[in-house]
Amino acid sequence: MVKYSEVGVPTPKPIMSQDTEPFWRLLQEKKQLHLQKCSECQTYSHPPRAICSNCHSFNLEWVPSEGKGIIHSYVVYHRSVHPGFETPYGVVLVELEEGVRIISNMVDCKPDEIEIDMPVEALVDQVFEDTALVKFKRINN
Amino acid sequence: MGNPREKTAIVGIGATEFSQNCERSELRMALEAILDAVKDAGIKVSDIDGMVNYSMDSAEQIEVVRQLGIPNLSFFSKTPYGGGGSCATIAHAVAAIEAGMANTVVCYRSIRDASGPVAYGDFEPSRVSQDIHMGMYHPYGLLTPVSWVAMFAQRYNYKYGIKDGQLAPVALVNRENANRNPKAIFHSRLLSLDEYMDSPINVEPLRRHDCCLSTDGAVAIIVTRADLAKDLRHKPAYISGAIQGMSTNGEVMTSYARQDITVLHEVEAYGKKLFDMAGITPKEIDVAQFYDAFSPLVPLQLEALGFVGKGEGVDFIAGGNRIRPDGELPINTSGGLMSEGYIHGMNLISEGVRQIRGTSTTQIKDVEYSLVTGGLGVPSSGIILRRG
Repeated sequence: MVKYSEVGVPTPKPIMSQDTEPFWRLLQEKKQLHLQKCSECQTYSHPPRAICSNCHSFNLEWVPSEGKGIIHSYVVYHRSVHPGFETPYGVVLVELEEGVRIISNMVDCKPDEIEIDMPVEALVDQVFEDTALVKFKRINN
Repeated sequence: MGNPREKTAIVGIGATEFSQNCERSELRMALEAILDAVKDAGIKVSDIDGMVNYSMDSAEQIEVVRQLGIPNLSFFSKTPYGGGGSCATIAHAVAAIEAGMANTVVCYRSIRDASGPVAYGDFEPSRVSQDIHMGMYHPYGLLTPVSWVAMFAQRYNYKYGIKDGQLAPVALVNRENANRNPKAIFHSRLLSLDEYMDSPINVEPLRRHDCCLSTDGAVAIIVTRADLAKDLRHKPAYISGAIQGMSTNGEVMTSYARQDITVLHEVEAYGKKLFDMAGITPKEIDVAQFYDAFSPLVPLQLEALGFVGKGEGVDFIAGGNRIRPDGELPINTSGGLMSEGYIHGMNLISEGVRQIRGTSTTQIKDVEYSLVTGGLGVPSSGIILRRG
């Protein structure tokens, strides 16, 4: 669980490039996680890229994802480095069923409840008015 | 392909003091370190015809050349990806000399990580990364180097059943070595296992004492042709191997898309080439300076470079005796980045040279081969030095 503190310092917003902007735009517009998929060889990519690294096709599409996966690794910040995040807080690396991994936060776990291999699913957290973040909650809880 | 083995040598090492507040510019410190290295080598400033430094340096080459009155450079380059470029400065120098583009190359790094505007270990809220991947991580609070490495470490600990405290020998042995080195920031500060275990968690699973120390200072290294090296002031440290490594699907510090995130892929790749170039195996290394920004990086490098098998790195350091000065592989004999100071890896090269010369404050007996490695989690580099 990440608690944003009320100190008037906003947490960092996503920095986007021309290649990653659709990820954030689709999240905001459709309120669902979308992943980049190669139309030729069906390989998923994340973070988004300009080319399919498997077959070198530039023909990449954005497809909706159910956002189901498991925790591959995680860290817990105890020493505060940003006044916008209340410590302690966890950051998780989720391996999605599509095979890609995504950095995020849990919304329903204290840091000491996070475990590797825990099943999780995505949800959309409207952290900023114009930009949503993908976050995760436990499955079967 | 020709082999540059022992056709070049490190003949000069120079540095400023290492401190928490140098009260002068990075450029000024770079100039001091370069002059110190020139004096150490016994050459003239005008002998320098090549220059390599970090792309992150604020001390620009054109300013160094202007202010020192170096007549002409025929080769100059920069090495990217922070500490990953430390030994790469030497690799570039070797390549330039072997190609006949320069005879005497100065490599340097000057850093005010302790008293500068933002320490690398901290996050400045107004700073935004232009890296595509960091743009996807910062909003979740994954902000600083210790957390990027902790993500690998957590998975490694899970995979191999490593418990809190098992990385302590890295910190303790580094500190013991620093306690013998008057130049080390932590020269007079002892570190016990109790203090290590009582130190606060920084980013779980890593504690304060698993991390290096932000430092102000500069280091300069002079590389020249082996035939020119013989007549200079010190015993040359011949360069048996020098190489860079960049591997696929990497990111700067956050290569989490790779199938196995418990392996340093670029170190595995460069290690094979480095040992081939030197014509030796890891067994023949007498002393090693491992890039130790964070303690898990030492066992990970032991595995990636083939000193031990996968998952055996933490067992190797258990109790610390194998990595102490009288052990089978003494490491970080000046105190390393954790206890001598964090000059972004360049101070490890100086110590690798001192081990060849026989002038370390923790001198290992009869050193023939001395290994130095560059920063991890990024495109990296390594060198092997040999006594003549």
